[in-house]
Amino acid sequence: MALEIEIARKAFRLADRGERIVFDRFSLSVAEGSIVALLGPSGCGKSSLLRIIAGLDSDFSGVVTNRPRRIGMAFQEPRLLPWRNVADNLRLAAPGLTDEALAALLAAFELEGRGGDYPGQLSLGLARRAALARAFAVEPELMLLDEPFASLDRALHLRLRALLAQRIGAKKITALIATHDLDDALLLADEIIFLEPAPARIRGRLPIPAPRGSRDENLTKLRASAAIYQVNDAPGNGNSEGAT
Amino acid sequence: MTRLVSLCLFIALWQVGALLLGPRYLPEPMAVAATLLAEARNGALAFNLGVTLARVLAGFALAMVIGSALGIALGRLTALDRLVDPWLVIVLNTPALVVIMFAYIWGGLNESSALAAITLNKLPNAVVTLREGARALDPALDEMAKVFAFSRLRRWRHVVAPQLAPFFAAAARSGLALVWKIVLVVELLGRPNGVGFKMNEAFQLFDLRLLLAYALPFVALMILVESFVLRPAERSASWWRRHGA
Repeated sequence: MALEIEIARKAFRLADRGERIVFDRFSLSVAEGSIVALLGPSGCGKSSLLRIIAGLDSDFSGVVTNRPRRIGMAFQEPRLLPWRNVADNLRLAAPGLTDEALAALLAAFELEGRGGDYPGQLSLGLARRAALARAFAVEPELMLLDEPFASLDRALHLRLRALLAQRIGAKKITALIATHDLDDALLLADEIIFLEPAPARIRGRLPIPAPRGSRDENLTKLRASAAIYQVNDAPGNGNSEGAT
Repeated sequence: MTRLVSLCLFIALWQVGALLLGPRYLPEPMAVAATLLAEARNGALAFNLGVTLARVLAGFALAMVIGSALGIALGRLTALDRLVDPWLVIVLNTPALVVIMFAYIWGGLNESSALAAITLNKLPNAVVTLREGARALDPALDEMAKVFAFSRLRRWRHVVAPQLAPFFAAAARSGLALVWKIVLVVELLGRPNGVGFKMNEAFQLFDLRLLLAYALPFVALMILVESFVLRPAERSASWWRRHGA
């Protein structure tokens, strides 16, 4: 069953008594098992959308239907429990996790031997990987990734992206990935949804039929196919960053 | 080592002071030690110290449990906090003596009135500290627990409790210092035993040796509890902070 998101209206109250409308008659349908990238400039409502889908924000008028029970989420920050080690952080999120599954997950995210480390001992890159491993640990029916590579250096960004592409293709799950980086979207998603700045509207949807494994070498061609949606007119538009 | 030297210096100064002032104003350390030994031999010291310690622990435990529950509730429920906050400020600023007198007048000169007075005096301090803790709970971790469908028990044990632990430890530490001083006043005003009662007796007789013979072991006991129970507890409450970062 497809995940249906209908948001009649979502606004944030501002400090000066005004309000900022983030969504106005917005609707989106995500087919079961498809991996969708939400691409748009910072502040266009990607995070708000993920939070609404996750059920963390109920202060909006509208409805989300067919939200699965098991959700895995990676926030913009790792959000690990600092007083529990990496292995326990995974186990707490996924109580049914066997020791073998735990070891396999840690290995998949290149965290071998780090299970006993506390989040304070990890670099940001490692903590991000632990947070992603946790999201996969629950064997989610729906995966929500909010800027999973934000504030990582370029090399680590590419590495983690490759890791994620491999992992996400291996399991049949519905996933939404919020990003402002075109390449992230092109390499990870089955379909890209281009969003306009708030109030968010869908500017276009671009399906990517090419298998994930062969996309790296065709990246230039893929970028070209997305060019019609990339209008760099708005000042501070984060899209240009990914395209160049 | 420096602490030991400091302690020896303190006793030496006391000795010199005693020689200068005379036994009417300051008894010599040896004289106090003799009285202390005599009181210990006839069992009075252990009995009164034990009674006082029991009151300290009971009042402390009651205040910590009730105060923590109330503090956490106030930190999470803004409406309740607005209602109760003025009362809290009133109780916080009411002199301990007034609370004790009211407790004795309303409840009679008995053990439960004494316990109520001790608890009430410590309560607002615990409430205010734990309220701060509950207000400081990280909403980001709360959201994480919600998305990953943590059960209520798991959320309390692994998300909330570790965040409140340092506040609880701080309340405990400042609370003990407060409670043992209040217990002495409670005993002085309306109990037939305990260190406070013995001190009152010593005061009536102008017996400075007896006064010090009870004061010193009691202070020593509280320092021991503070440095071997409460301070390690406070340190272990935030042990995970020492892992890297």
